Amino acid sequence: MNLERFFYYLLIMAGVTYLVRTIPFILIRKQLQNRFLRSFLSYIPYTVLAAMTIPAIFYATTSKIAAAVGLLTAILFSVLGRSLIFVATAACFAVFIMNMILG
Amino acid sequence: MPFFVFYYNCSMNWTKGVKDGIPIGIGYFAVSFSFGIAGSHILSWPLVTLISMFNLTSAGQFAGLKIIESLGTIFEMAVATFFINLRYSLMAISLSQKVDSSFGIVKRLLLSTGITDEIYAVSMSQKKKISSSYFFGLMCFPYLGWSLGTFVGAFSGPILPVEVSQALGVALYAMFVAIVVPEMKKQRSVFIVVILSIICSLLFYYAPVLNQISVGFSIILSAMIASAIGAILFPVEENIRE
Repeated sequence: MNLERFFYYLLIMAGVTYLVRTIPFILIRKQLQNRFLRSFLSYIPYTVLAAMTIPAIFYATTSKIAAAVGLLTAILFSVLGRSLIFVATAACFAVFIMNMILG
Repeated sequence: MPFFVFYYNCSMNWTKGVKDGIPIGIGYFAVSFSFGIAGSHILSWPLVTLISMFNLTSAGQFAGLKIIESLGTIFEMAVATFFINLRYSLMAISLSQKVDSSFGIVKRLLLSTGITDEIYAVSMSQKKKISSSYFFGLMCFPYLGWSLGTFVGAFSGPILPVEVSQALGVALYAMFVAIVVPEMKKQRSVFIVVILSIICSLLFYYAPVLNQISVGFSIILSAMIASAIGAILFPVEENIRE
């Protein structure tokens, strides 16, 4: 990674993130009225995370099968209401075991 | 970071804020540790840590990392960051009505960095209006946890045994699952929009023609299409829920 290019990326990322938070915090003192926009934005965190996870998780470790087992483990423990850290540890552990089995 | 140059009296408010921020900080450490590991495959540890120190956003940073990895354009980075983090605008607007008069323009400029999903949620759960010293206290541990976790992850990523770092590759995704799934269980609307987003994402990855679209845009487009359909089919009732 070219260092100059990295700093361009960082500048844009940090700048946009900062402005997205700061401009409304300073300028808007009233509640957002548009119902569509409010609904749209309330769904964004979940749809973004979902789109980032699938299918990328299948390419995040050596084998797709191990990744699939990790994903299923994560879903299972999330449904059971386990904490973030528990879910992540269990998924990693499952992948670790699967990678061992599959060689 | 800007808020470190700021001088605050160690008031009761600040202390309470710091205390309330501890659990968030611990959670952030774990998430950013995984971010650090993911980043260490692409960048050196100082650079990965810088991303966390200047952004303080999980989904946004992670999408950013993917764009850096795929050498995406600056425009793609700007658009992805904007849409993925747009929800912070909504939180900023609602927080704006929750803060007391101690939040002048300068403090708003300095403390807005602390508007994250979790810090916002804790702020809004307070009974009274919140002061700038409380909010500053609240963001201390999360900021430290986020930066430190990234550093530890990025630093240890390359020196861990291959088997371990391979297994840790799924950690961040598992955390995303742990955020999304409980909400899918609670609300049918979230369940449906998440499934829609996954379908779009798969199409952008595998379908001919569509798979020409870069990774950053495919995340944004999937999320926007699914959220827009969700907003039409299941508009939210009250003001903001997180």
